[in-house]
Amino acid sequence: MIELKNVSRRFGDTVAVDGVNLTIETGEVCVLVGSSGCGKSTTLRMINRLLPHSAGEILVDGEDITTMNPEQLRLNMGYVIQGTGLFPHWTVARNIAMVPRLLNWPRERIDARVDELMTLLDLDPSAHANKYPQQLSGGQAQRVGVARALAADPNILLMDEPFGALDAITRENLQLEMLRIQKQVRKTTVFVTHDIDEALKLATRIAVMDQGRIIQHDTPENILRHPASDFVENLIGKQDRGLKLMSLRPVRDLMANHTEPRQSEPGEHVLREEDSIRLALSVMLWQDLRQVAVFNAQGQETGVITRERIIQEGV
Amino acid sequence: MRVWLPATLLASLLLVLSAGMPVLEPLFNWVQPGKQQVIYERESFLFLLQNHLMLVVVSAAVGTFVAVAGGIFVTRPFGRDFLPLVGQVASIGQTFPPVAVLALAVPVLGFGEAPILLALVLYGLLPILRNTLAGLEGINPAVREAALGMGMSPVQVLVRVELPLAGRVILAGIRTSVTINIATAAIGSTIGARTLGDPVIAGLVNGNTAYVLQGAILIGLLALTTDSLFEALERSWDRRLQSVGV
Repeated sequence: MIELKNVSRRFGDTVAVDGVNLTIETGEVCVLVGSSGCGKSTTLRMINRLLPHSAGEILVDGEDITTMNPEQLRLNMGYVIQGTGLFPHWTVARNIAMVPRLLNWPRERIDARVDELMTLLDLDPSAHANKYPQQLSGGQAQRVGVARALAADPNILLMDEPFGALDAITRENLQLEMLRIQKQVRKTTVFVTHDIDEALKLATRIAVMDQGRIIQHDTPENILRHPASDFVENLIGKQDRGLKLMSLRPVRDLMANHTEPRQSEPGEHVLREEDSIRLALSVMLWQDLRQVAVFNAQGQETGVITRERIIQEGV
Repeated sequence: MRVWLPATLLASLLLVLSAGMPVLEPLFNWVQPGKQQVIYERESFLFLLQNHLMLVVVSAAVGTFVAVAGGIFVTRPFGRDFLPLVGQVASIGQTFPPVAVLALAVPVLGFGEAPILLALVLYGLLPILRNTLAGLEGINPAVREAALGMGMSPVQVLVRVELPLAGRVILAGIRTSVTINIATAAIGSTIGARTLGDPVIAGLVNGNTAYVLQGAILIGLLALTTDSLFEALERSWDRRLQSVGV
């Protein structure tokens, strides 16, 4: 758990972060979102003490971070940044092994861990372990960055616009990857982005920041339904809210289940239970259908979702 | 091993010529007719070579140490205030001729090895300092940020990340510095240091072109040897990074 109590940060006369109160529960993904210069990165960098805070208190698992050794504090916090910050003179494997080596893990344990993480992030160890960062694509490099942050199994993950420099397709893939990994490892995550869609997709709770203050701290659904101010309303896009809300809910919520799963030919682009209602609607509009079959992860047809129901209850 | 071949060949040639200069007497007789003595014999060439090298090595060692330490200091948070000043000194300092340093140092340090050592250290320091700064400042800030943010101590960041990344550029600075100083050290002969400049000065004073040539050839060969030695060093540095597949 991370608690920020009345935390401020001043650079000279300018106040970058102004009396922020924020509690991030264990295992939750808190996304700090706002335009550039709103203090979100500064807030993140105060949590691992890359920047000292000027006032207030930051507690990690109940302990004041200023009483802790900064290196010890950071070793227990994975850190992923926009430019990846991979070490160009080290191989991918050595990059991932960085924190375990600092912690003096035995060699075999490090090797096993590097293999495990590369597999987790969908990087083939035999193909990539001995490459250098400059030989990787942007998406691969950021996967390595995430693997490096997870290497010593820290309790906390800090991510500072990690996917900001990637193209749209790669970014989307990595976001899905993030969701999948987060399900497995359940790290307390603080994620900074300026992209509200990214925030809505990844967050369990979103903290909207403006001019160094937190304007609203709530679940994605509540942010969309009850924006606290005009600023938040503009950020989420006033008119676009209906579809954004639909993209938060899985098809599972509104489908009519069959009594038992049926075997049938799923075809190429099938709708799955965990896909969003927005996607279901889009499929129906495009193919001009009244309803679509829904499949589970094993490829069995488990139910149908109708256009009518989405229109009535989707939002 | 092939990268070391030119350096080895040049070094052998240098040694053979220093030891066996008298063999070339007929050649120098032809270059400088009408002189009784055409081979410089007041001091053995091997001794002069050794002394010359000693001056260069000592000044390079001191210069490298001071310049790298200084470069590291001004790129740390506590030394950043000095960065603009030191950066300017490193650039402007090189426009200052080494002879001027000698002229200023002799009254203080007297004749002999001390003033030329001082001049060599000061003069050789600048390219190394400039390259140390360029190397350290050239590192992608995200790399330093990640290293610190993931829990490396400032010393670990310096030793494991910054110096290895800046090393190639610093090495290039040392190369420039040493090569210049091999030529500059010869000037030391004008103020009583024993270097390969001795025969050159003696030749100029006595109007004996043969002496001048002998000194010049050896100084030139020494510079070439050292330069190809650094060339080989840099190549093997690059190769060490490439061998695993960059």
